[in-house]
Amino acid sequence: MDFEPTKQQMMARKIARGFAEQELEPFAQDRDEKMEFPADALEKLADLGFMGISIPRNYGGAGLDSISYVLIIEELARACASTAIIVSVHNSVGAYPIYALGDDAQKEKYLHDLATGRKLGGFALTEPNAGSDPASIETTAQADGDSFVLNGTKTFITSGSTAETLVVMANADRSKGGRGVTAFIVEKGFDGFSVGVKENKLGIRASDTCELIFENCRVPRVNVLGGVGKGLSAALNALTFGRVGVGAQALGVARCAMEECIRYSQDRKQFGKPIAKFQAIQWMIADMATEIEAARFLIFKASSLKDQGKPFAREASMAKLYASEVAMRTATKAVQIHGGYGCMKDYKVERCFRDAKVIEVYEGTSEIQRMIIARNTIG
Amino acid sequence: MKELTIIVTVKQVPDTAEVRIDPETNSLMREGVPSIINPEDLNAVEAALSLKEQYGGTVTAVTMGPPQAQEVLEEVVAMGVDRAVLLTDRAFAGSDTLVTAFTLSRGIMKLGTFDLIICGRQAIDGDTAQVGPQVASFLDLPQVTYADRIEIVDDCAHVQRSLEDCTELVKVCLPALVTVLGGINRPRHPSLYNIEKACDETCVSIMGAGDLKVPASMLGLNASPTGVKKIFEPERTTECRYLSGDEKEMARTLINHLKDQSIL
Repeated sequence: MDFEPTKQQMMARKIARGFAEQELEPFAQDRDEKMEFPADALEKLADLGFMGISIPRNYGGAGLDSISYVLIIEELARACASTAIIVSVHNSVGAYPIYALGDDAQKEKYLHDLATGRKLGGFALTEPNAGSDPASIETTAQADGDSFVLNGTKTFITSGSTAETLVVMANADRSKGGRGVTAFIVEKGFDGFSVGVKENKLGIRASDTCELIFENCRVPRVNVLGGVGKGLSAALNALTFGRVGVGAQALGVARCAMEECIRYSQDRKQFGKPIAKFQAIQWMIADMATEIEAARFLIFKASSLKDQGKPFAREASMAKLYASEVAMRTATKAVQIHGGYGCMKDYKVERCFRDAKVIEVYEGTSEIQRMIIARNTIG
Repeated sequence: MKELTIIVTVKQVPDTAEVRIDPETNSLMREGVPSIINPEDLNAVEAALSLKEQYGGTVTAVTMGPPQAQEVLEEVVAMGVDRAVLLTDRAFAGSDTLVTAFTLSRGIMKLGTFDLIICGRQAIDGDTAQVGPQVASFLDLPQVTYADRIEIVDDCAHVQRSLEDCTELVKVCLPALVTVLGGINRPRHPSLYNIEKACDETCVSIMGAGDLKVPASMLGLNASPTGVKKIFEPERTTECRYLSGDEKEMARTLINHLKDQSIL
């Protein structure tokens, strides 16, 4: 067993770190404050292969493995959690389902543009009354000749107003419940598809989170992804990969918070010495470091299983659950260590705290992850 | 316009922002200090890649250093450099700028004909700005230093030099050597698309003293006419003097003081 990343994986991390430190970190606070979508950074990321990290090269991707993928997302999130989730969602639940389930024509038409970042991808499952329980979605897809007509509303959709190619879940036969759920590839310009409210969020504020409205939106039958009624398993598979990326995003936020604490506690003096000399602070940082390391290995384990083609749903949920809760605990302690300054917007830990809370909730709440883990553990 | 064959020299240096001097031994404390590509060499790589994109051709990066200097070559391949050459041998150890330039020039001669060599102006660990000009001298090439713009016109380079008190536009026939300033461009980021190539074992060719066919007496520490005798931090003393009197009087005292110190 070797715990060291390979040379390629280390280079992927180094490239991501260099980019993130120069192009994301200096602007992250401002973007958070103004809820400003990082369009220019995404354009640069696309040129460098970040929008098709795990998509094979023949489709325009960088063709890297899942360990490289999570190392990259962690580095982006350490600098800007919002940009990291846009990239993660695009890769894992935007482009990846089309790669994994798409037929040749769908891949030809959509995958290359997604993998090269010419178009931004999104994934629309959550509705006002369905999120944790995807089988209960209310958006309908009515077959009509060589099309389906979609009606319904999606909510909290990452990159909702900016994504140009979305994987949208709708029920083609509500009498069948979950077995009627079908995945559709929807283009931004389709008639009857519009963007509703843009949400003003607690954290991850530079990512654009929107409501999507489908009013008699006609989607060609050839845009059904993976077959009619196969949407639920498609959604769950995509979300499984997505969870590993969100775990890596949480890890990046946790690392950012811890690094800020290390720096701050060495500079900040009280009672005549740096607060890092006090055991109370040391123990908090020791716990952060230990939990971050543990989270990283859970993420590596899930990624490694995926690369080996083995089932990884349980491990993906463990990685997402643990890493997001580590991010929250780390950020909470980080604000505590920073004292009054930690509550100020000028300090990064304040942003980490808000971002971490969002990460605990989206892409499956902690409770949903525990449910999946229990189901896969108890049977 | 024919395609260009460009060579770029790069150097792995300690990140000087992280280096401290041990006050007792006066030596550089390099432990745990990350190694980076010399920043102005990144500008040289960017200049070479931009010219390649404009005119076509190839870019080869060359470095001299210990085996771990391969890392910087891999990084520039990830930026888009076509091939890379590492000059490494125990016999090269301890080279000063003159012998480094000699060794580099011998390595470059092995690469065949070329149109342009681009170097960073200077390295952040030594700040000598000597190696580029010395390489030009060993290869008997015209050199243009301190460039902040390079254009190729027919068989010549039009190079804008940014000097302290003026800007010069120099026309130089190729082949030539140009050293570039940090302001010439903004180096691109390495790309995920190039990782596979950069990590391919065949991407960096390695040359030792034997390949250069140079006697050991002309290499390394023993052949170097200069050496670093001592590294120390200059002593800094600060003295705070309070002026008294009315405003005019204090201004006069201040001006006289600055004149005494040859600051004004």
